[in-house]
Amino acid sequence: MSARMSTTVAWPNPSEVFALHIGGEHVPLILIAIMTFVLISSSGTMAMAVNFGYRRDRRKTAILMLLTALFGAAFVGMQAFEWTKLISEGVRPWGNPWGAAQFGSTFFMITGFHGTHVTIGVIFLIIIARKVWRGDFDQEKKGFFTSRKGQYEIVEITGLYWHFVDLVWVFIFAFFYLW
Amino acid sequence: MAQPAAHTEHQQHPIKLYLVVWGLLFVLSLFSYLVDYLHLQGYLRWGLILIFMTLKAGLIVAIFMHMAWERLALVYAVVLPPILVLVFVAMMVSESHYVLFSRMTFFGAGP
Repeated sequence: MSARMSTTVAWPNPSEVFALHIGGEHVPLILIAIMTFVLISSSGTMAMAVNFGYRRDRRKTAILMLLTALFGAAFVGMQAFEWTKLISEGVRPWGNPWGAAQFGSTFFMITGFHGTHVTIGVIFLIIIARKVWRGDFDQEKKGFFTSRKGQYEIVEITGLYWHFVDLVWVFIFAFFYLW
Repeated sequence: MAQPAAHTEHQQHPIKLYLVVWGLLFVLSLFSYLVDYLHLQGYLRWGLILIFMTLKAGLIVAIFMHMAWERLALVYAVVLPPILVLVFVAMMVSESHYVLFSRMTFFGAGP
């Protein structure tokens, strides 16, 4: 925040930086909008997975969690596309063609940290979905690292992690991309 | 069952609730995007961004993260500290103005 407010050079316009040409049309910020919708959808499927977890519906919980993981992977894929596009256009942590040098460093740091956490979440989701599918929590099977009995509670915990990652994106979307 | 049933019974909400919230989040995201698409500027832009952001964050925390059904003490314990962080934000704003002032004064041309 200080990095952005204290630059003497104008901040690049994210609306233009993240615009795409689709079918000859110039659409501002469209990739970020799609990423936002994908992440919101993944939060929706995760919330329903948690709900079915409480009902001990093994099949629906696992399917919805895998769907969430799929949305998450799609999000990371689009993030990778965006990074590739920006790097090829000359954005570096120490400078970019459009204005304040701090734009590159904050962009890579903020989206990099967020993307890392989404990736961890996807891996976490796949592991827990596999356990749900196998029925570990119906048989109260012990976990790998713990002697505690397996419970459906872990689905809610995975959900909390995932929703928090989505929550952070809400703030990144507002303050980095839209502001 | 080893697990106390109370908490499990506690979070039984109809799926419809989650679908409605999902729809609301979609609409709010669309509105946020339209703020940029329609090139709104100035305080109108920032105000709308903040309103839609707060509504989205509130829906996610309250419904998806089940905060709305938690004890009031826990709600305060979780929600108050981030609000107090705004004090640090205010300090950062003040500091940024000072850094910008120094840069323009000692390193030449400003924006």
